[in-house]
Amino acid sequence: MASPSAELAVLIKAVETADSKAGIVQAVRALSAANHPEAVPTLIEVLGYNNPGAAVAATEGLVSLGAVAVPALLEQLDGHNYGARAWAIRALALIQDPRALNVLVETARGDFALSVRRAAAKGLGTLNWSKLPKAAVEAAQAEALTTLIETLADPEWVVRYAAVVGLQALALASASAADRIGAALETAVEQDLVLAVQARAQMALDNLNENCSTGMETQE
Amino acid sequence: MALEFQQLVNAQGESLTVEQAIANLRQTADPSLRYYAAWWLGRFRVKEPAAIAALVTALDDETDRAPDGGYPLRRNAARALGKLGDRTAYPALMGCLDCADYYVREAAIQALEMLGGDACIPALRAMLAGGVDAATQVTGKPHLVQPYNAILEALGSLGARAAVEEIAPFLNHPVPQVQNAAARAMYQLTGDAAYCDWLVQVLQGPNLQLRRSAMMDLGAVGYLPAAGAIATTPAENSLKLIALQGLLEHHLQAMDFPANPLSSDARQVMALMDDLL
Repeated sequence: MASPSAELAVLIKAVETADSKAGIVQAVRALSAANHPEAVPTLIEVLGYNNPGAAVAATEGLVSLGAVAVPALLEQLDGHNYGARAWAIRALALIQDPRALNVLVETARGDFALSVRRAAAKGLGTLNWSKLPKAAVEAAQAEALTTLIETLADPEWVVRYAAVVGLQALALASASAADRIGAALETAVEQDLVLAVQARAQMALDNLNENCSTGMETQE
Repeated sequence: MALEFQQLVNAQGESLTVEQAIANLRQTADPSLRYYAAWWLGRFRVKEPAAIAALVTALDDETDRAPDGGYPLRRNAARALGKLGDRTAYPALMGCLDCADYYVREAAIQALEMLGGDACIPALRAMLAGGVDAATQVTGKPHLVQPYNAILEALGSLGARAAVEEIAPFLNHPVPQVQNAAARAMYQLTGDAAYCDWLVQVLQGPNLQLRRSAMMDLGAVGYLPAAGAIATTPAENSLKLIALQGLLEHHLQAMDFPANPLSSDARQVMALMDDLL
C-alpha cells in the first residue's frame, strides 16, 4: 500500500498530465478531495489554467483546507495572471481568514472586475475576527467598515449588494459598528438606484433589528 | 445622481465630455469616433435633446459600412436610443424595422421594446409573416432571416395578446433559443406557468448556451418559482445573479416594495443571491 504522500504525488501527477478539459476537472476534483496541505501549490496553479470547471474544483479544495492555504494564496496575488487572481480572492473571501483583510480592502476598493470586487466586499464582512489578537480586532473591523461604506457607492449594483451583505455580517460581529452600519443601510434603502439593493438593505436592517430585540429579551 | 456622476468619472481613460461625444457623433469625417460616441451616449444615459437628435440622425447614416454591407453606426445609435428612453425617437426606430441590416432591425426592435407602447406591434407581427416555415437561416450568415428572438420577446413584453396564435408555432422552431423566446412570450401573454416550467427544464439540460438563455428569459419575465433552479444550474454566478435580480425586482414591484415590507419569497431569493456573491 502506498504512503499518503505517494498517493498525493499520483493525484498531483494526474492534474499535471490530464490532456482534456474534462480530464483536468476530474483530476482536480480528486486532488481537492484528498484535502491535503501538500496539494495547495498545485491547486493554486490550477486557478491560472483558464478552465472554469477546474478552477471551481480547485477553489473548493483550497477553501476546505482553510487557513493552511492562506499564505500561499496571498503570495499568488503578486503574480501577473489576472484570472488566477480573481479565483484566489474568491477563495480567500470564503476561507474568512483575517490575514486576507488588506488584500480584500484593496480589491473591494480598486479591482476593475466587478465579480472580484463583489467577492471581496462580501468577504470583508464575514472574516473570522476571533482569529485575530484581541487588541487588533477593533482596528481591523474599523478598516473593513470604512471600506464597505465606500463600496456602497460602487457603480455596479451587484457590488453594492455584496457590500450590504458584508455590512450585515459586520454589524452582527461588532456592536460598536452597528449604529453606523444601520444608518448607512437606511440610506441605501432610501436612495440606492436599484430595487434589489434597496431590498437587500431592508432585509439587513430587519435582521439586525430582530437580532437586537432577541438580544434584549435574553437580557431580561 | 451621485452614482451617475461616479460612472462618468470612472470612464476616464476612454473619457469624453457630453459635448465632445455629441460633437463626435455629428461630424462625419471619422466613422470610428462616431461609432464610439453613439455607444458612449447610451452607456452614460445622456438624455439631452441634442444627443437624441444626433442619434436619430445617425439612424440614416450611409457612411459607416461594415464588410458584410451592414451599418455599424446605425446599430449603435438604435441601441443607445433604447437606453435613453426618449419617445421622440420612436418613429425613426420604426423606420429601422425595414433596414436591410439584420442587426439594425434587431437593435431597433429591442429599443422599441424598451421604449414601450403598442404602436410597433403590427409591424412586429408582420415580421413573423410566413411563420416557422419562413423562419430559415440566411445562406452564409450566422442568423435567421429575421431577428425572431427579439421579435418574440418584444411582442411578449409589450403585451401583444392578439399575436398569441402567430407566436405559438415558434415553440417548435428548430433553433432552441427561438423556442425559449416563444415560451417566454407565451407566458407573458397567457400567464400559463407551463411555459416557464418548460424553461426551467432547459436549466437541467446539457447545453450551457441554452441554460444561459433560459435563465435570462426566466429572470426577464420574473418567474419566481424558478429561483432555486436558477441558483443551482451549472453557469456563471454573474449571470445567475442578474437572472435572480430580475425575479426579485418583478416580485418587489408587484408587492409595491418599499411601501410594503419584504415578503418571505423576496427573502428567499435574496438568500440564494447571497450565496452566489
